[in-house]
Amino acid sequence: MGCSIAGIIDESGKRFSGEEIIRSIKKMFLRANGLGGGFAGYGIYPENKDDFCFHVIYNSEKVKEDTENFLRHDFNILKSEPIPTRSIEEIINRPLLWRYFLKVKQEVRKRFYEMTEEDIVMRSVMKINDASAGAFIISSGKNMGIFKGVGYASDIGRFFRLEEYSGYCWIAHDRFPTNTPGWWGGAHPFGLLNFSLVHNGEISSYGINKRYLEEFGYKLTLRTDSEAILYLFDLLLRKHNLPINIVHKILCPPLWSEIEKMTQKEQDLYRTLRIVYSNALINGPSAIIVSDGKIMFGFSDRIKLRPLVAARKGTKFYLASEECAIQEVCSISSGIHFPKAGEPAIGYLNNK
Amino acid sequence: MIINSKNMTHRMLNEKIRSGVRNGDRKIILKNINGQRYIASGLKSEVNIKINGTAGNDLGSFMSGPKITVYGNAQDCIANTMNAGKIVIHGSVGDVLGYGMRGGKVFVRDDAGYRVGIHMKSYKEMIPIIVIGGSVGDFFAEYMAGGIIILLGLDDTKEIVGDFIGTGMHGGTVYIRGNINKNRLGREVDSVEFDDNDKKIVNEYLTEFCRDFNLNQKNLVNQKFTKFKALNSRPYGTIYAY
Repeated sequence: MGCSIAGIIDESGKRFSGEEIIRSIKKMFLRANGLGGGFAGYGIYPENKDDFCFHVIYNSEKVKEDTENFLRHDFNILKSEPIPTRSIEEIINRPLLWRYFLKVKQEVRKRFYEMTEEDIVMRSVMKINDASAGAFIISSGKNMGIFKGVGYASDIGRFFRLEEYSGYCWIAHDRFPTNTPGWWGGAHPFGLLNFSLVHNGEISSYGINKRYLEEFGYKLTLRTDSEAILYLFDLLLRKHNLPINIVHKILCPPLWSEIEKMTQKEQDLYRTLRIVYSNALINGPSAIIVSDGKIMFGFSDRIKLRPLVAARKGTKFYLASEECAIQEVCSISSGIHFPKAGEPAIGYLNNK
Repeated sequence: MIINSKNMTHRMLNEKIRSGVRNGDRKIILKNINGQRYIASGLKSEVNIKINGTAGNDLGSFMSGPKITVYGNAQDCIANTMNAGKIVIHGSVGDVLGYGMRGGKVFVRDDAGYRVGIHMKSYKEMIPIIVIGGSVGDFFAEYMAGGIIILLGLDDTKEIVGDFIGTGMHGGTVYIRGNINKNRLGREVDSVEFDDNDKKIVNEYLTEFCRDFNLNQKNLVNQKFTKFKALNSRPYGTIYAY
């Protein structure tokens, strides 16, 4: 049973050091093999909270220069700096790691008046990631960032000096790649705008999900199935503006045998969702944590082929593949929650 | 012997346990356990092990003989292919409890997750026993081939069992307290008459269960149980080519 996932949200919005999520994910190191680890933190850039923050991995200086020229078409670059790292021997073959704080230019907003700022950002992210030039934007939200690479998650966390950041919500992943390559862009979390997602499992519905997403302008360039799930969340929550509980029932619908046992009204709803959004159903063994900075949402597949446990203590809500990862950072004597197959476990940010 | 397991890897921990057993220790207490895997895996001994904390995956896998008591929860795949001995858990367990279990006993005071007793098997006097005090998830006794599982569901506020009970089951016996709606059953299983011999079997293990967890058996003596057996000893016989 490979890969581990973990997440912590302080529902009061209080920020805490990234050191805590590193300790939590490190506890499950046996589930990983050092070929990918990463973190997403929310609330980490309060000085630039209204600007888009791009975290980018580059293969060379040349592609960095080209990409920056491209970004200047649509954005005012307020800040451009290397992502701080520390030299540790476990992390090798590092790409260039850069971050930008950006605003969409006024004239671009006027030119694309039918698009939202988020649509404009997504268009740029997809263009750069799809250019096969060796530049990948790995996160593009506001007041959040994704830190990931090839290595064990705990080493990646130290490499990116995450103990120096504080955020109110953190999610993490330690990878054991099985059928897609282990590379910097393929580590989790996957990110687009404010969304970030970690996934333990594989989705057998990838082909149909990919073709469906491409119809809406998403480019799947990261050579992994998990990014499809992230874009489905972005499509359904942000573009189709559906409530999260309906989105969950689209991605992870009740089995037909369960629908048959429902009342007529429920049957109508779930049949409609399964028909209208049949291409957005995700099938296959999965445990997933997704966040947009307002909620931290975890669920497993419908027949529980991957583990997920949850707990709440004080204002904090925890999710992890194994109970020990929660106990490590917050001792809980009773009240560990074992969500049922497909049942969501949700932490909400209360002050927004 | 007392082992403080704080920050110990499963490898260091199992080496200590094994060297204790080699030196003749018959009582080992593990303190500050948190998620260490494979505790007592493959161990052949009558040793008594007490675990304080959350026991990790594959606790007691392949073991023959040890008696393990966990004061806390245990994670996934507990008693995987266990041969003999006993595991008593004062808490809940995760998924896939007793996978391919071949002998010995597992008692769980609270709940167990999905796929309890998957592919348990038995041969002659080797009869694995699982007793669960709380509730379980879907695919209870999936592909079960032998042994006995007793499900008590002592917390009446919770649903005792999920869907697809005994899917692919082709041997062994399941006892569930109370009545179970037929639409919860897998295709390969049905309820059969609960007779005096069944009552004897259930009462024997209930006595032991109540003693281990210090519960009052009186409240359980005359409860109704439903017995489930596989309809066919080889449900998939026709799909294999010869």
